[in-house]
Amino acid sequence: MAVVFEKPKSLTSKEFHYCPGCPHGIIHRLVAEAIDNLGIEGKAIGVAPVGCAVMAYDYFTCDMIEAAHGRAPAVATGIKRSLPENIVFTYQGDGDLASIGMAETVHAATRNENITIIFVNNAIYGMTGGQMAPTSLPGQVTQTSPYGRDVKTAGYPIKVAELLSSLDAPYYIERVAVNNVKNVKHAGKAIEKAFRNQMEGKGFSLIEVISACPTNWGLTPQKALQWVDEKMIPYYPLGVYRDKDKEASV
Amino acid sequence: MAEKVLMKGNEAIAESAIRSGCLHYFGYPITPQTEVAAYMAKRMPKIGGVFLQAESEISAINMVYGVAATGKRVMTSSSSPGISLKQEGISYIAGSDLPAVIVNVQRGGPGLGGIQPSQSDYFQATKGGGHGDYHLIVLTPSSVQEMADLTSLAFDLADKYRMPAMLLADGTMGQMMEPVVLPEPKNCTVDKPWALTGTECKREHNIVNSLYLSPEVLERTNIERFERYKEVEKNETRWEEYMMEDAEYCIVAFGIAARVAKNAIKVLREKGIKTGLIRPITVWPFPTEPIRKAADKVKGFISVELSMGQMIEDVKLAEECKKPVSLCSRSGGMIPDVEKIVKSVEEMANGEAK
Amino acid sequence: MAKVTFNEDICKGCGLCVDACPKHILALAKDKINKKGHNPAVMTDQEKCIGCAFCATMCPDCVIKVEK
Repeated sequence: MAVVFEKPKSLTSKEFHYCPGCPHGIIHRLVAEAIDNLGIEGKAIGVAPVGCAVMAYDYFTCDMIEAAHGRAPAVATGIKRSLPENIVFTYQGDGDLASIGMAETVHAATRNENITIIFVNNAIYGMTGGQMAPTSLPGQVTQTSPYGRDVKTAGYPIKVAELLSSLDAPYYIERVAVNNVKNVKHAGKAIEKAFRNQMEGKGFSLIEVISACPTNWGLTPQKALQWVDEKMIPYYPLGVYRDKDKEASV
Repeated sequence: MAEKVLMKGNEAIAESAIRSGCLHYFGYPITPQTEVAAYMAKRMPKIGGVFLQAESEISAINMVYGVAATGKRVMTSSSSPGISLKQEGISYIAGSDLPAVIVNVQRGGPGLGGIQPSQSDYFQATKGGGHGDYHLIVLTPSSVQEMADLTSLAFDLADKYRMPAMLLADGTMGQMMEPVVLPEPKNCTVDKPWALTGTECKREHNIVNSLYLSPEVLERTNIERFERYKEVEKNETRWEEYMMEDAEYCIVAFGIAARVAKNAIKVLREKGIKTGLIRPITVWPFPTEPIRKAADKVKGFISVELSMGQMIEDVKLAEECKKPVSLCSRSGGMIPDVEKIVKSVEEMANGEAK
Repeated sequence: MAKVTFNEDICKGCGLCVDACPKHILALAKDKINKKGHNPAVMTDQEKCIGCAFCATMCPDCVIKVEK
């Protein structure tokens, strides 16, 4: 019998600290699978965010650094400029990337910085206990929007993939989801492409991963994935928002 | 003997950094230090280095954090309001035990303040600056020559002690032109096994981090770091003594204030008031010992500063209340002149100083 | 012929694998509590397993190894 599925090599033996059913574990695994498939474990350097994935540095076997909240794209820029032959990625949540770190994100994108960003959008601040995120949906109840996100006072969610694809520079931007087998498999392919782009020197690749937060959404893991399907994906349509590979061939 | 060249202070910093093996610079424009960035922008592409104008001071310092983590020499420069923005990153660099050089060509504050020279970031530079328990090595140049020399030294000390070092200059130092002998080209000689370079699948992964969720571990890390700081205090405290042998009054001043003070001392001595100067070259670690020793000899201290009086607190701590300490200062971009300093010392000599 | 192995000790009992299984042969063990305090996922009918690895694909904790 041959092994058809096992834990990727690029993950350490440390158990994830995430809540039961938290898709961070799936997304970590997809990143590690991409690293394994491309054979870049020895060259990869990861930048962990502030948020639930703050301890991502314990889970990946490659060299890791922990950045201040939102600053991962700037830290990754420094590393990549210092070590252009290495493969540098950030792993960031929605508060980190789309709120406090928006300037770092937009400018790394507009420089077409040759890095890979894994952006996990679960519409909430998980680590701090479920506050409204820049990507929380209109009407979404959170600890800091207890009557539902009121767009008149709290504004509208930020659609990161759409926003960044309004820039000329970035090479590849795709939004994927991890709410079912088919989407997870596709997300893995997108993540791998985002890393391959960097290996080929193509530039800025960002994968927005629509994820879930069962704990802070107050739903079971199953219901949370259903909520992704029914609420999140209609607001955040999946798909390729920028792919210069395709543009070049047109 | 190396050739003397005429250079602006800010450019001397930049060229000295390059000669010290710093091939990565990240900055953001702000008066009065923008020449550092302009010089780097011109030179770095010619020598295979990296110049990047970041989107903000916050991004610039985080790019510095990234490069520092890879073990390469790296620098950023700014002026007071920009240095405030960098404090978050500086705290992370200190908390991750990384070497890096930060230049502050100070201007008057608080707030947007002004663009004229100042020393009013003394507290920020010497007492930590950002959040948490940490220090920077803080070097204070008093000439363009020292702008070059202390920049070079800052890289060596940062590497040696795995901590950020700051060049605390002021707008005068940045803008003035003087002859300078630039340091010989060199590079980092310290081994950096902790650096992020990619594991090559040949070693355990390195983690650069300042997060310790266990309070016991965080405390231990802080204690270990402060043990290192003790070594810095023991080995790296630097100062200059000027006409202190027979001095009855001791001026304490650094940077541009120390230069004016030297002229004031000549005038005072002509008037028969034996005055000397202790010029801190490092303000952290602060030259406590020479000031404590001077307290046994002199009748009083005059802290000359371009601030509302910040270093004076360290002078008082150093001399242990043995002798009176008075403040001679201008703020907001003004510089105390010879006359003002002379008057301050005379007041102390006449027992009029408060 | 396929085989699914669970690293039961690290299972958090979220049940995403149970839902993902097209053959409905996975379940959370009601009679078992692992050292994390969860009812771990278990295989109820190994014979029917087709080795599609859907369970492992959805598992957030790398609990499942699939052989075929």
